[in-house]
Amino acid sequence: MIHAEKLIYEYDKRDEEGNVIGAERAVDGVDINIPPGSFVAVLGHNGSGKSTLAKHMNAILVPTGGTMWVDGKDTKDPAKLWDIRQTAGMVFQNPDNQIIGTVVEEDVGFGPENLGVPTDEIWKRVEESLKAVGMLERRKDSPNKLSGGQKQRVAIAGVLAMEPKCIVLDEPTAMLDPNGRKEVIGAVEELRKKKNVTVILITHYMEEVIDADQVFVMDSGHIVMHGTPREIFSRVDDLKRYRMDVPQVTMLAEELRSRGLDLPGGILRRDELVEALCRLR
Amino acid sequence: MSIALEHISYIYSPGTAYEKHALKDVSFEIPQGQFLGIIGHTGSGKSTLIQHLNGLVRATSGKVVYEGDNIYDGGYDMRALRSQVGLVFQYPEYQLFEVDVISDVCFGPKNQGLSPEECERNAREALELVGFPEKYYKQSPFELSGGQKRRVAIAGVLAMKPKVLILDEPTAGLDPKGRDEILDQVEKLHTETGMTVILVSHSMEDIARYVERIIVMNRGEKMLDGTPAEVFRHYRELEEVGLAAPQVTYVMHDLRARGFDVSPDATTIEEAAEEILRSMSRSGKAAPG
Repeated sequence: MIHAEKLIYEYDKRDEEGNVIGAERAVDGVDINIPPGSFVAVLGHNGSGKSTLAKHMNAILVPTGGTMWVDGKDTKDPAKLWDIRQTAGMVFQNPDNQIIGTVVEEDVGFGPENLGVPTDEIWKRVEESLKAVGMLERRKDSPNKLSGGQKQRVAIAGVLAMEPKCIVLDEPTAMLDPNGRKEVIGAVEELRKKKNVTVILITHYMEEVIDADQVFVMDSGHIVMHGTPREIFSRVDDLKRYRMDVPQVTMLAEELRSRGLDLPGGILRRDELVEALCRLR
Repeated sequence: MSIALEHISYIYSPGTAYEKHALKDVSFEIPQGQFLGIIGHTGSGKSTLIQHLNGLVRATSGKVVYEGDNIYDGGYDMRALRSQVGLVFQYPEYQLFEVDVISDVCFGPKNQGLSPEECERNAREALELVGFPEKYYKQSPFELSGGQKRRVAIAGVLAMKPKVLILDEPTAGLDPKGRDEILDQVEKLHTETGMTVILVSHSMEDIARYVERIIVMNRGEKMLDGTPAEVFRHYRELEEVGLAAPQVTYVMHDLRARGFDVSPDATTIEEAAEEILRSMSRSGKAAPG
């Protein structure tokens, strides 16, 4: 679905007067391959290049070196631009920056309307998308009456209504309270199960990554770690070096291991830890 | 030496169709030197509440008593209050504006009427307190990383030498390391200066790790007030209002349900590990250490 080879994104570095004083590489030689229907998480500290990489996935940015293919289409080909944008939808961090409609259902209908979808079909899609994120009963409400988590779910519905094959979420929960985070992650999970949409999630919350099929960790424009959540989170020291963390349950298991309990490595979930402790008793 | 809210209520747009009770009869006292956490879902009244503490928002009824004086009394020196109760807003780095880091941090003390030398001395002290490296003092604040920008913004408030520091979600949007760095620095600041620190956060894990007391806000009312262990004991009620307990607290509850003799009051990794090891060694199986 998403395939990148030696992807480079270079931009000019300028001094105070605006003169070019050199080049910076935000993404530097990235190879990734994300199969259709999979759930992929990208971790990385602030400034590691993960958002820049994400913006290549629906051609908001185009590589300055190497190639990015979205569903087989080269993002450098201007003729494919609209096609690519429809294939890969994007959800950003701030819920207040991506809602434009004055009524929830109008906001969700905006995307398909722009695609020239017939009106009956638009309403069908709006209803389905709102249902998928659990916001159907709020369809007639004004978006500014919604909580952060609800707004993000409406934003996701807006992307869904364009029937993308792939959805890229760039820190969708960063500004939300615990409930809002749970709502958004729950909605994303539903999509994967029911609609078989490819999901790329960029996040700073380690707990949100546990169910991913693969995890990529980025540092200064490179992919420095790649594996299943269990493989990634059993390398606690490496993660810390890249300014990342592990889920609190994993941390507790590590602490117990270091103090002599014979627990297996890479414990991610509460029930795994509880089961492992029960076996030790 | 304390700051107290007495029966504070705040109503937005009273007498109009938009009338809304943002705070309802909230009372509590924060003794000097306490590390307090405030939690609550979006819209629970946390931000409105903290803006009462330095008089930015005036209560519809009730009073705020700072060091024995009602701040709503005629002739009360609000300017002095605001330099003693420093408030760091969410995403404070958007408020940086000066040409270099040191001038930005000097802005507060300059407004307090200090001499340029005093301003610079306070600014340097503040930047040191937040662990900001000296080699970047003359750099534009806009060229710094997110975590460094936030340090500069916090230093800008510290440079006014407040006795109370209020931080509204100081780690939102930061990566895990940046989050730990900022909070460790705040904790150090609290221990070294004896400053009162009030931390508003959505992360139950962070709150449990750093603060000694938690106030839970819900629909404009104070719902719970106690130590982390006391507050997180009410995890079911917290979930009903959109909050949660730290993950390790849930592990402790699960273990109890499976017959482990562990206290459910553990709210940090260290406490949880201690409890589990103690219960394992009590149950007869060897748990070294």
